[in-house]
Amino acid sequence: MQLHCKVNGEPREADGVWEGESLLYVLRERLGLPGSKNACEQGECGSCSVYLDGTLVCACLVAAGQAEGARIETVEGLADGDILHPVQQAYVAAGAVQCGFCTPGLIMATHDLLRRISAPTDVAIREALAGNLCRCTGYEKILDAVRMAAANARVGE
Amino acid sequence: MRGDRSLRATSSRPTRQRPAAPVTPVTGGLGESARRPDATLKVKGEFAYSSDLWAEGMLWGTTVRSPHPRAKIRSIDVSEALMVAGLATVLTADDVPGRKTFGMEVPDQPVLAWGDIRYQGEAVALVAADHPETARRAAALVRVDYEVLDPVVDAEAAMAPDAPALHPSGNVLKHVKVRHGDQQPTADVVVTGEYEVGMQDQAPLGPESGLAIPDGEGGIDLYVATQWLHVDHDQLVASLDLRPAQIRMTMAGIGGAFGAREDISIQIHACLLALRTGRPVKMSYSRQESFVGHVHRHPARLQYEHGATRDGRLVCVKTRIVFDGGAYASSSNAVCLNAATFACGPYEVPNATIDCYVTYTNNPPCGAMRGFGAVQACFGYESQMDKLAAALGMDPVELRLANAMREGTSLPTGQRVEGPAPVAEILRSLRAMPLPPNADGAGEAERDLRELPGGVSNTTHGEGVRRGVGYAVGYKNIAFSAGFDDYATARVRLSVVAGEPIAEVHSAAAEVGQGVVTLQLQIVRTELGVQRAVVLPADTQVGSAGSSSASRQTWMTGGAVKAACEAVRERVLALAASKLGATGRLVLADGAVLVADAGAAPTRVSTLADLLGAEVVEETVEYRHAPTEDLDPETGQGNAHVGFAFAGHRAVVDVDTELGLVKVVEMATAQDVGRALNPQAVEGQLQGGTAQGLGLALMEEIQISGGKVRNPSFTDYLIPTILDMPPVRMDILELGNPVSPYGVKGVGEPPTISSPAAVAAALRAATGRALRRIPVRPEHITGLLETRTDAVPDDPTKPARISAETQ
Ligand code: FES
Ligand code: FES
Repeated sequence: MQLHCKVNGEPREADGVWEGESLLYVLRERLGLPGSKNACEQGECGSCSVYLDGTLVCACLVAAGQAEGARIETVEGLADGDILHPVQQAYVAAGAVQCGFCTPGLIMATHDLLRRISAPTDVAIREALAGNLCRCTGYEKILDAVRMAAANARVGE
Repeated sequence: MRGDRSLRATSSRPTRQRPAAPVTPVTGGLGESARRPDATLKVKGEFAYSSDLWAEGMLWGTTVRSPHPRAKIRSIDVSEALMVAGLATVLTADDVPGRKTFGMEVPDQPVLAWGDIRYQGEAVALVAADHPETARRAAALVRVDYEVLDPVVDAEAAMAPDAPALHPSGNVLKHVKVRHGDQQPTADVVVTGEYEVGMQDQAPLGPESGLAIPDGEGGIDLYVATQWLHVDHDQLVASLDLRPAQIRMTMAGIGGAFGAREDISIQIHACLLALRTGRPVKMSYSRQESFVGHVHRHPARLQYEHGATRDGRLVCVKTRIVFDGGAYASSSNAVCLNAATFACGPYEVPNATIDCYVTYTNNPPCGAMRGFGAVQACFGYESQMDKLAAALGMDPVELRLANAMREGTSLPTGQRVEGPAPVAEILRSLRAMPLPPNADGAGEAERDLRELPGGVSNTTHGEGVRRGVGYAVGYKNIAFSAGFDDYATARVRLSVVAGEPIAEVHSAAAEVGQGVVTLQLQIVRTELGVQRAVVLPADTQVGSAGSSSASRQTWMTGGAVKAACEAVRERVLALAASKLGATGRLVLADGAVLVADAGAAPTRVSTLADLLGAEVVEETVEYRHAPTEDLDPETGQGNAHVGFAFAGHRAVVDVDTELGLVKVVEMATAQDVGRALNPQAVEGQLQGGTAQGLGLALMEEIQISGGKVRNPSFTDYLIPTILDMPPVRMDILELGNPVSPYGVKGVGEPPTISSPAAVAAALRAATGRALRRIPVRPEHITGLLETRTDAVPDDPTKPARISAETQ
């Protein structure tokens, strides 16, 4: 089948998509956007998190056909050229990145949290990021990064 | 910027005046929390992991695996698979041109099985097709006729004389014996215990994956995520039957490792498919395949007998540890040796009898995972120390302090501990740390219910919740041991580009997330005084770095980069002396050569840019640590290890004793890292390693029955989430190490060694239950299900003698 959608603001299309493919596969293998990660491909790790029409979803659980005509934002769309998004800056500065395989998904989930709650408590951060597995960091520096991003955003207001 | 250069070009008159370019101090050197060079790419989603690779015209490879843990292959029929449209090839054992087996230490594992199947998930055939789904469908059509056999699924049973031999060498893969001191000692108080550790998975988030590209001349380029390029390369050369130069490997981005990438996964398979089809072949395991596609942490059964004087001095430790090695050797031998050498813990033990076994079974193969044999032993000996403290009526920390190993202690292997061994300092530091506010103390009113056991599921308002505190301390070797020729190679190149000095570092060290790329940059910045530095991609065009395992890269590749920098520096300073006639104590700093004579302010001789001009200074160095020796096979005596690292944990838990749910309130750790060359990265290792230990204590176990893995997914194999992981309080000790570069010790593994034991101790304190098995399950906490080991009679006055083989 053919698929049309808007990815990071640009109209994109993919040809010859097999109906069983996930949105994650289309992004990674057909549209050249491997930033969203494939750690489990069964909705358990959050590494593939993207916005689908403004809602944070696991791209591995979205059938490609469901994305027809949709607006998709991926981690590749967050930075403004060389200027990192404040959430990305915070992850770098806090040392929240080790192997980094969880990072794109966590950054998307953090972005989603902070647009809903600008000053989340630690418990709220933990709840919001509970669907994102990280095997390297023990999450402490991820919490630091979210707190830092929230604080910087408040200063920037 | 370098206006002084053109100025000098026009003035031929010699002058005493030194060029006065502004001095910009070098930042990001050793001791700073320098930024990772890959962080920006990683947060943008632009870092190329092995599963992200793509090449024009590439095929997808997939593996046909045995559903049976033990069987004989009668025949394989690929005819139906070959009819699938889009299929490129199907390969079986006959298509492996060279050595048909692989293995890091013992090449006992078939590249593709041809007679015996020894575990569920064993690779039998390979398929390449134009789409991953085509490959999967074709794989399902490869008809393998199996004669299914009863699997050997128990490590102890595998040692029985009538057990079927799974390998020609028999089922006992290794037995390490250590005999130290009096073998028939008497003690005032004796406690015995039997413990079990479940099979843990490394569960790195990045799947095993890579891309093999044939070069059209019979050779191949392989891009893959691995912990050790060169040991893979050796195995590729053997199995592909190619000359070493025909196989070029380049490291692709690694999504975590923790031991899971020390053995071959897709490497040989992807190359076989690519060479056969003449097209690039990508392989990327699903999570389910990943669970059977790499080795796991050895499950262990540990029997202990500790004897002490009435005032709490250890007299003897007797132990028998049995590891289930699974179907193939992997690094089992080294794990077994490690466990044997650390079996008594970081204590002064005058008499010891240690027997440590690893056996073949038809369970999944086990091998390297963070902590490598030391983790299982620590759960055993630290559980015993608590039990002994209880029997003696002593405080558990006091008992440990009274027996703590120190510098100069002689291990049961006869090896003397050189350099700081701060076991007592670690324990005192942990004990002195403030405890988190008590659940039933003041401030409870404000406590969010989500912070109680059961968390967001809101299963309790505090009724039935009890708090417990537990301590554990552990230790482990750094780098490779037992006579292994352990070395790392680094090439450092200094040149001037666009008027600025730039240092390039080339090593094959695997950046698994730990930060060895950052560290290499920090070393060259500090050693050469150069701001601009880059780490070239790790590949096989430079010598081996050894594995990113055994907590060794900071020491080993760090040592190699340091030595290469020193060699470069020597040449640069010699150049300054010969070219400019510089004399005195010359040093490199801030992009210049300086004279830094004692008592005088440093003065600049020349900028590096001016001194070097078009000259390139390059040095390659192999760094080796001091040699080690294997243990004596009868007595277990020998200087097997080059150095040790120590860490301890204090766990504070809240337990819902009715539901068996646990909330770890806080983990505290103290660890001697020798020297923290990048404090932020060190903290990250301590936090992350502690999390993996917490996972082993509470939730992480590969469930196996009948030799089959029952939970190969993140739905059923649980790793700690951000809800499970509490804050980690840290005390990072920097006591140095007399025999390593910069006085470093390894950092990565120690946090995983003592954390499981500390959590288990805290759970016992909260529940009063024996809890002799990790992971601890809710049914063990509530007492609904006693583990087999929990059912062992527990009478300290009548020790059940360990049925240890006496020599
Ligand atoms: S890859 Fe989608 S949730 Fe794990
Ligand atoms: S940084 Fe490796 S999984 Fe999170």
